Amino acid sequence: MKFIGENLLPGQIGHFFIVLSLVSSLIATIAFFIANKQTLPEQKNSWLKIARLSFLLETISVLSIFIVLYYIISHHLFEYKYAWQHSDTKLQFKYLLSCFWEGQEGSFLLWSFWHCVLGWLIIWKAKKPIHKEWEAGVMTVISFAQFCLATMVLGIYFWGVKVGSNPFALLRNEMDAPIFQKPDYINFIKDGNGLNTLLQNYWMVIHPPILFLGFASVIVPFAYAFAGLINKKHDWIKPALPWASFSAAALGLGIMLGAMWAYESLNFGGYWAWDPVENASLVPWLTLVAGLHTNLIYKHSGHSLRATYFFYIISFVFVLYSTYLTRSGVLGDASVHAFTDLGMNWQLLFFILVFLLPALWMFFKQYKTIPTLHKEESTWSREFWMFIGSLVLCLSGFVIILITSLPALNKIINHFAFLRKIFKNTFAQPEDAVFTHNQIQIFVAIIIGLFTGLAQYLKYKDTPKAYLKKKIWLPIIASFIIATLIVFIGKVHYNHKGYGFMIAIHIAIYAATYAIIANAGYIVMVTKRNLKSAGASIAHVGFGLILLGILISSGKKSILSWNKTGIAVFEKTAQEDPAENTTLFKGIKTDMGKYMVTYVKDTFNNHDRKRYYELDFKPKNGSKGFKLYPDIIKNNKGDGYSPNPDAKHYFNKDIFVYITSFKIDERDEDTTTFRNVTAKVGDTVYYYNGFIVLKNALINPTEKQDKYKQGENAIFIDMEVVSKEGSRYAVYPGIAIENNSLRNLPDTVIAQNLVVNFNKVIDQKEGKLEIGIKENKSLTSLLTLKVLEFPMINLLWLGVIVMVIGLMMSFTHRMNQLKSK
Amino acid sequence: MHIIMLVLIAATVAILLAFMGKVTTYETIASAREKHGKTVTVIAKLDTATLYYDPAKNPNYLTFEAIDTLGDRMKVAYYFEKPYDMEKSERVVLKGKMENNVFEIRKKEGILVKCPSKYKDDMEAAKKNLSTTN
Repeated sequence: MKFIGENLLPGQIGHFFIVLSLVSSLIATIAFFIANKQTLPEQKNSWLKIARLSFLLETISVLSIFIVLYYIISHHLFEYKYAWQHSDTKLQFKYLLSCFWEGQEGSFLLWSFWHCVLGWLIIWKAKKPIHKEWEAGVMTVISFAQFCLATMVLGIYFWGVKVGSNPFALLRNEMDAPIFQKPDYINFIKDGNGLNTLLQNYWMVIHPPILFLGFASVIVPFAYAFAGLINKKHDWIKPALPWASFSAAALGLGIMLGAMWAYESLNFGGYWAWDPVENASLVPWLTLVAGLHTNLIYKHSGHSLRATYFFYIISFVFVLYSTYLTRSGVLGDASVHAFTDLGMNWQLLFFILVFLLPALWMFFKQYKTIPTLHKEESTWSREFWMFIGSLVLCLSGFVIILITSLPALNKIINHFAFLRKIFKNTFAQPEDAVFTHNQIQIFVAIIIGLFTGLAQYLKYKDTPKAYLKKKIWLPIIASFIIATLIVFIGKVHYNHKGYGFMIAIHIAIYAATYAIIANAGYIVMVTKRNLKSAGASIAHVGFGLILLGILISSGKKSILSWNKTGIAVFEKTAQEDPAENTTLFKGIKTDMGKYMVTYVKDTFNNHDRKRYYELDFKPKNGSKGFKLYPDIIKNNKGDGYSPNPDAKHYFNKDIFVYITSFKIDERDEDTTTFRNVTAKVGDTVYYYNGFIVLKNALINPTEKQDKYKQGENAIFIDMEVVSKEGSRYAVYPGIAIENNSLRNLPDTVIAQNLVVNFNKVIDQKEGKLEIGIKENKSLTSLLTLKVLEFPMINLLWLGVIVMVIGLMMSFTHRMNQLKSK
Repeated sequence: MHIIMLVLIAATVAILLAFMGKVTTYETIASAREKHGKTVTVIAKLDTATLYYDPAKNPNYLTFEAIDTLGDRMKVAYYFEKPYDMEKSERVVLKGKMENNVFEIRKKEGILVKCPSKYKDDMEAAKKNLSTTN
C-alpha cells in the first residue's frame, strides 16, 4: 500500500546517520588501535589521521541523529513512533528536549553525544607530549564504546535477533491497528501520547544531561587504565588524574540533581530513598572516588597502582551494570522508576561483558608486572589512611550494589534448576529496606568523615611528629566544640531505631563536622589560602557539608502532620499506626504542630495541566505565616494522578508538603438539615456512623469563656462521639441565654462530618434536653496531606555546590600542572 | 596494612551475611498464612471492589483484599495513605506479616503498586484511540 502524507525523509536521513555512526566508530576503533601499536612516528601519525577523521565522521553522525530526532519531535511528526510515544502538540517548548531521555534510545544518544565531546577534548589536549602518548590507546576504548552505543539504536534484526531499538522506527511498522489499513492514516493521528507528566519538571531538563555526562566521563579513567594494560606502561596515571576529578564532579552533580528532582517533584517524601536506580548511579561514583584517591597515592608515593587499575576498571563496569539494571526491566518489582524493557537484555548484558572480560583478563595477566612497592606504608603516612578510606568507599559500594542486585540474583536462581533446588525461594527486600542501608552506611560516613579530615594533616611517606602535633589539635578541638553545639542546640534526637543507631548518628555528626573544620583549617593554615591547590580541601569541605546536611535533615526530619483528630479507643503505638497523614477540610483550620493550616482553595491551571491547592500556614506563635501550593498532575500515561510537593524554604529548614489523597466535591452547598432528638445527661444518641454519649452539663464553664459574653448564662454539654471505627471525639455544644434571648453554640466533628447543636432545654426538672444532629456524608472538599520539616537541608545542597567547585578546581589545576611540564 | 584490609573485607562479608539473614522471601498467600507473624513478601492482585479508604475518617488506614495466582484471598491492612492509582494496578507487591488472619503492613514502602508497563499501556491505549478515530 502507498501511504499518503507521511514525511519519510527525516527518518531516512536519521537512519543513514545511525549506520554511518556505526561504521565510522568501528573504523575509528580499528585505526586508533593500529595507531597505538605503531612505533614509527610517521606511520603512527598517518593512522592517527585516519582515526581522527573517522571520529569526526562519527561525531557528525551523532549530532545529525540528534538534530533529526529533535526535528521530528518538535514538528510533531507522529508517523514516527518516538515522537508519538514521547511527545504531544500541547507540550511546552522547554520540555521538548526531555522527550529525548524519556525513551531509552534518546538517552543512549545523549550518552554517545558526551563521549564525542570528551573524545574531542582528549584529541585536542594531545598536542602536549604527555597526552599525545596516550591519545590512540584511550581513543580506541572510547571509539569502541561509541560503536557499542551505536548498536543500541540500530534496530536491525540479525537472524531473528533484534539488535538495538531504532528511534526512527515508523509507528505503522511497530504497531498493529486497523487504522493503518488506510493510506491517509496520518490524518487520523491527532496527537501523540505525550511526555510523562512526572518528567515535565525543570529538574528533568537539567538532571539527565549532567548525569549522562557523569556516566560518559567515567570511561576516561577506565580508558587510560586499559591503554596502560595494553601498552604495559603506567605513566597514564598523571593525565588520567584530572579526568577522574572531572568525572567525580560531573557524576556527583548528576546524582544530586536527581536527588533534587526527587525532592521537588516525587512523592518519596525526601531526596533519597535507596531506590535501586539511585543506588546504581551512586556506586560507580564511590568506586571512582576510591580510584581518584589511590591514583593520588601512586603519584606521590608509588603505592597502590594495582588498586588504581582495579578501581577505574570496576567504576566503568558499574556504569555499564547500572545501565543493565535500569534498562533491562529486571528491577520491575523493586524500583519505582526504572525504564521499561525493550527486549534488549542480552545486548545490555553483552555490553558489560565486552568491557569487563578483556579488562579483567588483561589486569590479571599483567598483575605481576604492574609495579608495586614491597615496603609497608607507615601508619604515619597520608597514603596509609587514604588507602583504607578508598577501600572502605569501594566496599561500601559493593554492599550497596549487592543489596540492589537481589532482583538480578533471583533471575539467575530462577534460570538454573540446580540453584532453585539449593535456595528453594527467591529473595525479596528486607522488612525495613531503607534502614538496612542506613545502618550500614552510617559507619562508612563516620570512617570517611574522620579520614578526610585526619589525612590532610599527614604527609606522604612519613609525617614529622612535631608538624603533626603543631597542626592537628586546633581543628580537633574546634570541631569538637562546634559538633557539641550542633548536638545540644540542634537537639538531634532521632530514636526511632533504638539507641545504638542514635549514638551512631551523633558520632557521625562529630565526624562530619571534623571533616569540614579540618579541611577548612587546612586551607587557612597549610596551603596558606593558595586557592589554586586548595581544590581537594574545598571538595572535602563540600563532602563534609553533604554528610552533615544528610545527618541533620534526615536525623531531625519531623512529621508535622501527625494525625490528632480522633483519638483511638485503644492506645496504639507509633509502630501500629504511624498516622503520618492528616485530612484537611476546605476552609477549616486544622492543628498541625507548630502551625494552624487551612486548605483555602484549589485551582486548575490549563497551561501546565496541574491542580494547585492553596494551603495557608499560620504559625501558632503569631509570627508571619506563608502559603504553599502543592499540586496534583493528571498523568497523561495511564490516566492516573501524581502529586507534586511544594516547600517553604528557610535558611535553616524546609517545610515540605505533599498531597496524599484528595476529593473534590463539586456541590459545595450544605443541603442536609438538623434531626432533633430529646435526651438526658447520661443518655446515648445514635448517628449514622456511631453514637454520642451525653456525659455532663456544665454551667458557665471557665474553659469555654471565649464562647459566651459577660452577662450571658451559658450551659454546655460535654459529649463524647464514638465512631464505629472506635475513634473518640469530644464535642461541647452549648447555649447562651441573656434576657430571654437564646443563642446556640454548635460544635462539629469534622472527621465524622457531624454538627451537634444544643437546641434548648425542654424540661428543667427532668433534665430533658433537645439535641440537633446534622450528619452530612460529604461535608465539603477535602485533601489528605503529609507535612514534613527538613532542618538544615540547605547544608546538603550547599555541600554539593562546594564539592563540585572543589573538584573542578583540582581538575583545572592538575590540567595546568601537566601543561607546564 | 594487609591485616586491616582483611579485617575490612571480613567485616563486609559479615555485613552481607547479616543482610541475607534479614531478607524476606516471596510467598504465596497460603504459605504466608503458615508463616504467621513472620515478615514476608507476597505478589498479588488487588480486588478493587474491596478497597476501603476514607480520608475523612482516617487518612492513615487502608484495607483491601488481595488474591494471588493460586486463587487464595487475604485481607490486608495498611496504615498509610492509599497509593496513587492503586485501583489501576495490575498487581501489588506486599511486604508485611499475617496476624489474626489479616496481612498487616506497617511500613510505608510495604506496598509497591505495579501499573501496566508504560510501553504496553501505550500500545493498548493507542489501539483504542486509533480504532475510535478510524
